[in-house]
Amino acid sequence: MSTEKLSIAKAINASLRTALENDPKVLIMGEDVGKLGGVFRVTDGLQKDFGENRVIDTPLAESGIVGTAIGMALRGYRPVVEIQFDGFVFPAYDQIVTQLAKMHARALGKVKLPVVIRIPYGGAIGAVEHHSESPEALFAHVAGLKVVTPSNASDAYWMLQQAIQSDDPVIYFEPKRRYHDRSEVDTAAIPGPLHAARTVREGTDLTLVAYGPMVKTCLEAAAAAAEEGKSLEVLDLRSVSPIDFDAIQRSVEKTRRLVVVHEAPVFFGSGAEIAARITERCFYHLEAPVLRVGGYHAPYPPSRLEDEYLPGLDRVLDSVDRALAY
Amino acid sequence: MTVDSTAARKPRRSSGKRAGAKKATGSEPELVQLLTPEGDRVEHPDYAIDLTPGELRGLYRDMVLTRRFDGEATTLQRQGELGLWASLLGQEAAQIGSGRATRDDDYVFPTYREHGVAWCRGVDPVNLLGMFRGVNNGGWDPNENNFHLYTIVIGSQALHATGYAMGAAMDGTDSAVVAYFGDGASSQGDVAEAFTFAAVYNAPVVFFCQNNQWAISEPTERQTRVPLYQRAQGYGFPGVRVDGNDVLAVLAVTRAALERARTGQGPMLVEAYTYRMGAHTTSDDPTRYRRDEERELWEAKDPILRLRAHLEKEGLADEAFFTALEAESDALAKRVRDTVRTMPDPEPLAMFEHTYADGHALVDEERAQFAAYQASFADEESN
Repeated sequence: MSTEKLSIAKAINASLRTALENDPKVLIMGEDVGKLGGVFRVTDGLQKDFGENRVIDTPLAESGIVGTAIGMALRGYRPVVEIQFDGFVFPAYDQIVTQLAKMHARALGKVKLPVVIRIPYGGAIGAVEHHSESPEALFAHVAGLKVVTPSNASDAYWMLQQAIQSDDPVIYFEPKRRYHDRSEVDTAAIPGPLHAARTVREGTDLTLVAYGPMVKTCLEAAAAAAEEGKSLEVLDLRSVSPIDFDAIQRSVEKTRRLVVVHEAPVFFGSGAEIAARITERCFYHLEAPVLRVGGYHAPYPPSRLEDEYLPGLDRVLDSVDRALAY
Repeated sequence: MTVDSTAARKPRRSSGKRAGAKKATGSEPELVQLLTPEGDRVEHPDYAIDLTPGELRGLYRDMVLTRRFDGEATTLQRQGELGLWASLLGQEAAQIGSGRATRDDDYVFPTYREHGVAWCRGVDPVNLLGMFRGVNNGGWDPNENNFHLYTIVIGSQALHATGYAMGAAMDGTDSAVVAYFGDGASSQGDVAEAFTFAAVYNAPVVFFCQNNQWAISEPTERQTRVPLYQRAQGYGFPGVRVDGNDVLAVLAVTRAALERARTGQGPMLVEAYTYRMGAHTTSDDPTRYRRDEERELWEAKDPILRLRAHLEKEGLADEAFFTALEAESDALAKRVRDTVRTMPDPEPLAMFEHTYADGHALVDEERAQFAAYQASFADEESN
C-alpha cells in the first residue's frame, strides 16, 4: 500500500527518509535536526536511523551551514540543509547568492551544486519577530537558484524528492502554518514536472494564482465566491523560479481576469512579475488589470496584528470583486 | 635604523646561524624560520626539513617562474590586455612552500591571488588570466587539479574548504584540504564560522593565512589585536606563525599541518608572515597609505634572493642552472603574452550558458529572445 494520509510535515519526513535510503550521498544538515528532530519535528527519527554522519546537527551559524554544504556538494554529496526559520536565512544569504547560485556558471559547468535549502516560511502561527516572513522573491531574483513551495502533502513529498535529485541548488519553502494539514500521498506515483503549476479548482470568471500556504486560502475564497455565483479558477503555482507562465496564460485567456495572492509583501513580490508578464502575454484578453493581494511595505507586524497583515479570505474576495467590477 | 612602533610589530631580521624559533621585540611572537634572509640554514626544534639539491633548485625555479608570470600579467594589464591583475609579488615563498606541501589528492581553495599555488597544482597559468581579461569568471575545471576556482568574496572559500574536508573525512580518505585567505579575510564571519565547523567536526583542513600586512589600505592592526595565528587557540586547534618569505619553513610547517590533518588530528592555522610588495591590484595606489621605507625593509627579506643566496653559498646550483632558468622564464612569459593577446571574447549567447545544470524555462526564453534580437541585426546587414 503506497498511499496514505500524511501531514505536510510527515510527508517531508518521509521524503527525506526515502532520499537517505536511496542515495548514500544525501545528507541532512541543520540546527537541531538530529536528536531533537528539528523544532517542527520534520526530521524526527532520521538521525536515530541514519546516524550522526548523515543527519548532522550543526553549529548555530547559517552561513557556515550553507558554506560547508557547498563544500560537501563539491566533494560529491547532496546536502539537504534546514534553515530553522525564514527570518534566519539572511546570515547565509551571501553564501547562497554569491557562491551557491553562481558556482556552476563560474566553473563553466564543470562542477554541480545539488544543494537543497529547506526553509519553513510564512506567518499565522503567532510567533515572535523573524519567524513569519516570506522571502521567496529575494531568492527568485537570483539567477542560478530554483525556488519551489508545496501546498499539500503529496507535493511536499514529491517536490522534495525532485529537488534533491536536481543538480541545481533549490530553495524549498515549507508552508509552516500548513505543516499539520493532512492529505493523500502516493509514494509510488509518477510525479509531474517540478516546475509545473497545477489547476486545483476549475472556474470561468477569474483566475486566482497562489502557492504554498495561500493555496488553501484561495480555495476557501473560491468556495465562498461560488455561493455568490462567481466561478473562480485556482492555480497552485508550486514553483516561484521558474514560474509556469504558460499555465497562467492558458487560464487567463479563458477567465480574462487575474488576481495573484501571496503572503510576501506585494512591492517587488512575485505577483509583480506575474502581473507584468501576463499583461504582456494576455494584453488583449484581459478585462481588468492584474491585481495583487499580499503583505504590506511594513515590517512583519507583531503577531496580534498578523491577521490584518496577511491576505485572508475577505481580502482575497475584495480584490476578486474589484477585478470583476471592471 | 629607528625602531618605531610599526617596526616593532614586524619580525626582526635574523643574523647568522641562530635557532629558528625566534622571539622578536616585545610581545612579538615566535616565527618559524629555517632559512635566514642572508640564505643561511637554521634549525627549529619542531619543524625540520631535509631537501636534496634538486628539490631546492625546484623550489627556486617555481618561485622564479611564478614571479615572472606575475610580472608579465601586470604588464599585460598595463597594456590593456587584462582588465585587472592581483599581483602576488613578495608572496612567492608562502605560496610555493605551501603549494608544494600538498599531495595530488589534496584539495585547495584559493583566494584570487594564489597564482603560485595554482602553479604548484599544475594549473596552466594562462587559465588564471581569463577572469582578469574578462572572458570568463574562472573557467578552469576545479577537479582537474583539485584547485578550486578563485573566490573573490573575501573569506567565503574557507567554509567551502571546511565542508569539502568534512566530506573527505566521511569518505574515509586521508586527503586533506588547504583553505587560503589573507589577513583582511580573518575579520570575516565566514572565516570564524569555518574555524568553528572545522574544530567541532575535526575536519582535515589547513587554514593557510597569508598575512601580507595589508588589506588594500588597511594594516593588519586594523583587523586584529592579537597575532592572527593565536586566534586558533580560541577554537581549540593549534596555530603557528611561519616566516612567509622562507620557502623552506613554509614547506615544513605546511607539511606538518597537512600530516596532522591526514592522521585525524584536525585543523591547524598557519599564518605565513609575509608582505605584499606591490599594490593590492593594478587599480590600487599604495603610495596613499604606506611608506616606501616599509617596502625597503621587506625587500631585504626577499624570498627568491634568499634561496638564491643559499644555493650559491652552498654550491647547490651552477651558472648554467640560472641561465637556463632565465631562458625558461622568457619562454613562459612569451607564451603567456601570446596566448592572452589571442584569447577570444566569448560569444554573446555564452552569458546564458551554465546558469543551471538542469535548465530553466526563463533562461531558455530570454536566450531565444536575445538570439532573435541579435539575428535582427544580421538581417539588416544583409539587406
